[in-house]
Amino acid sequence: MAELTQKERMKIKRHEMSNQDQHVRRGNYDEVALGYSLETAREEAERCLQCKDPKCVQGCPVGVLIPQFIKALREGDIVKAVEWMKVKNNLPAICGRVCPQEVQCEGNCIVGKKGEPVAIGRLERFVGDYELAMRTCPLLKAPKTGKRVAVVGSGPAGLTCAVDVAREGHEVTIFESLHGPGGVLIYGIPEFRLPKSVVHGEINYAVECLGIDIKVDHVIGRTFTLEELLKEYDAVFLGTGAGLPSFMRIPGINLNGVMSANEFLTRVNLMKGYRFPEYDTPVKVGNKVAVVGAGNVAMDSVRCSLRLQALQAREAGQNSGEVHLVYRRSRDEVPAREEEFHHAEEEGVIFDFLTNPVEILGDKEGNVRGIRCVRMRLDEPDQSGRRKPVPIEGSEFEITVDSVIMALGTSPNPLVFVDAAGLERTKHGTAVADSETGRTKKPRVWAGGDVVTGAATVISAMGAGKRSAADINKFLKGEASW
Amino acid sequence: MMYKILKKEILSDTVKLMDVYAPHVARNARAGQFVILIIDEHGERIPLTIADYNKGTGTITIIFQELGKSTMQLGRLKPGDAIASFAGPLGHPTEIENYGTVVCMGGGVGIAPIYPIARSLKEAGNSVISIIGARNKELLFWEDKMRTVSDELIVCTDDGSHGRKALVTEPLKELFERKDKKVARVWAIGPAIMMKFVSLTTKPYNVPTVVSLNTIMIDGTGMCGGCRVLLDEGAQFVCVDGPEFDAHKVNWESLLSRLQFYKKEERLAVERWEHKCKLEGELPGGGK
Repeated sequence: MAELTQKERMKIKRHEMSNQDQHVRRGNYDEVALGYSLETAREEAERCLQCKDPKCVQGCPVGVLIPQFIKALREGDIVKAVEWMKVKNNLPAICGRVCPQEVQCEGNCIVGKKGEPVAIGRLERFVGDYELAMRTCPLLKAPKTGKRVAVVGSGPAGLTCAVDVAREGHEVTIFESLHGPGGVLIYGIPEFRLPKSVVHGEINYAVECLGIDIKVDHVIGRTFTLEELLKEYDAVFLGTGAGLPSFMRIPGINLNGVMSANEFLTRVNLMKGYRFPEYDTPVKVGNKVAVVGAGNVAMDSVRCSLRLQALQAREAGQNSGEVHLVYRRSRDEVPAREEEFHHAEEEGVIFDFLTNPVEILGDKEGNVRGIRCVRMRLDEPDQSGRRKPVPIEGSEFEITVDSVIMALGTSPNPLVFVDAAGLERTKHGTAVADSETGRTKKPRVWAGGDVVTGAATVISAMGAGKRSAADINKFLKGEASW
Repeated sequence: MMYKILKKEILSDTVKLMDVYAPHVARNARAGQFVILIIDEHGERIPLTIADYNKGTGTITIIFQELGKSTMQLGRLKPGDAIASFAGPLGHPTEIENYGTVVCMGGGVGIAPIYPIARSLKEAGNSVISIIGARNKELLFWEDKMRTVSDELIVCTDDGSHGRKALVTEPLKELFERKDKKVARVWAIGPAIMMKFVSLTTKPYNVPTVVSLNTIMIDGTGMCGGCRVLLDEGAQFVCVDGPEFDAHKVNWESLLSRLQFYKKEERLAVERWEHKCKLEGELPGGGK
């Protein structure tokens, strides 16, 4: 292909990624977004202007070398594109699927100032998937140093940290409390958004190449305490995430049919409840479901509910039910990724904006029969910069539902703080850690991801894992003292 | 990782004991804590209170009653077989002190987890009165073991086939009426309905009472909130705040209702399992 001028590049339209049909996908858990073909990926790569001062990279929490990998891709050198990618990002097939690109790389893209930004996320996914299939660029490991590092938690923060530390030749052991690695990538994010095979692929790859040991069924704080780990290891990284669900403090919260999004998604994703009774863990939603909240977890919950209803209806030969998303602010404040909101809308979720539950109503048997809500209006912006929702007096009304899923955010799992004297916590329960180095107040202990920030994104956790790994490596080399 | 079953004892038709090799759990295990195990890759996470532990051999003893599909499947495993996942020890250990005279009550399969608590209390210098009970003689086990850690042991069955024909709350009430010993504290582990009635029995006498709750649970580490229980002060999680709670603060109606939520699914799974076993039994060679 002849070299294009900048003007010509600007004229190319952003390439759509094909999706599973919205009616078909409501009845299955297969991946919705189907990815680019090589041809489309190369054409999309032609849209990049190769900025001298790439703003996209500044928008990326791990600083992926975006212009370099896109250039290699459009030249048809995918192996080279993988190499550029892996300089900064060990989990591209995951990031390409779950990052909120519209507020990161793509949000900064110059092409996007006038038209639509380069589809950096989709290109990243293409490169990541290619690498998972071909494994062209094995991760290299430096000679053994004899130093030992414990990583607690095998979600995005822990995995990223483990890989970057292991590459330096340190011996890394990951401790995972559940029965398989991946953390929120496995128990939280559904198959149709992030296939488990992709997560397992990325993990196995890293583990095999770098000889990382993953110990599952190890609950730090119980099986071993942090103090015990510090006796055995030179450094400890805590990437334990934010797993403790919040419930609203309203009457009826303990009724049958009220679940945290964590419970619902864990039953569906980790335990494969949607395949009950072939898998032993049941999961059930009623004919009318209300999900409270509007973040990514809420979107995952409504979309899982729709699919479960469709599967249950198919078996029973009935019509699918309805799924409400109840949010106290308006459409403009929805914190979820644009694509998740869009997909949920396409799949038929009913959005009840400016609505807040005040009570969950039960029947005689203790099962949910509805929620009483109040209408809200938006006032002046609060500390978060978003307009503050306030109840409208006398506007109470009922929605008939038989399941309520609370997707109101999570706080850090408390167990890791057991017998961990000196590991300081904020009043929100998060670990106090330096944002640049990840160092906590306890010597030789680093922390990053949701355990420090509270519930945030996969990529910000990876960024924190990366920064901590860099500091751990310096510390172990003797280049930085504690 | 796989965890080998080293020993199996059949305590009754439906109650089985197993020693599982899990040194990572045994090294820190204490009375009152629980484990979560998964039989195979299709399995659910099953919470079971620890019946005994041995740091030396690296084993955890579990005792379970075959009530649902998963416990039936577990009951068919033999020494040498392995289970896929075994995590723990989870939950807070029992607060062991010298309280004076204490009562340890085990109902049915609850006799298993009350044993290490009674033993620890005895070792701490308490005078231990134990009351164990079951529906019938067949379902009763560990009478001898309980006797070795108790100053006094009272055995009851609902049908009178062994020991006293009584519910465990009857001798408990008599102890309070006897007044020759002041009972400082009561532990009760068993079916939710038994624990509820123990709680109702001790309340008028103001005897602090600890129960170990076995609610529906998935991860067991504070993540799902499925195990939440209503106490006077609000909802708490059995897995990380318990499993032991002040019985007098528990909202028993809510607890009993929540235990029913998946009954239909549980029945379906059992039917499917029994059908599968029956088919296997009819195969040449008799299956397993």
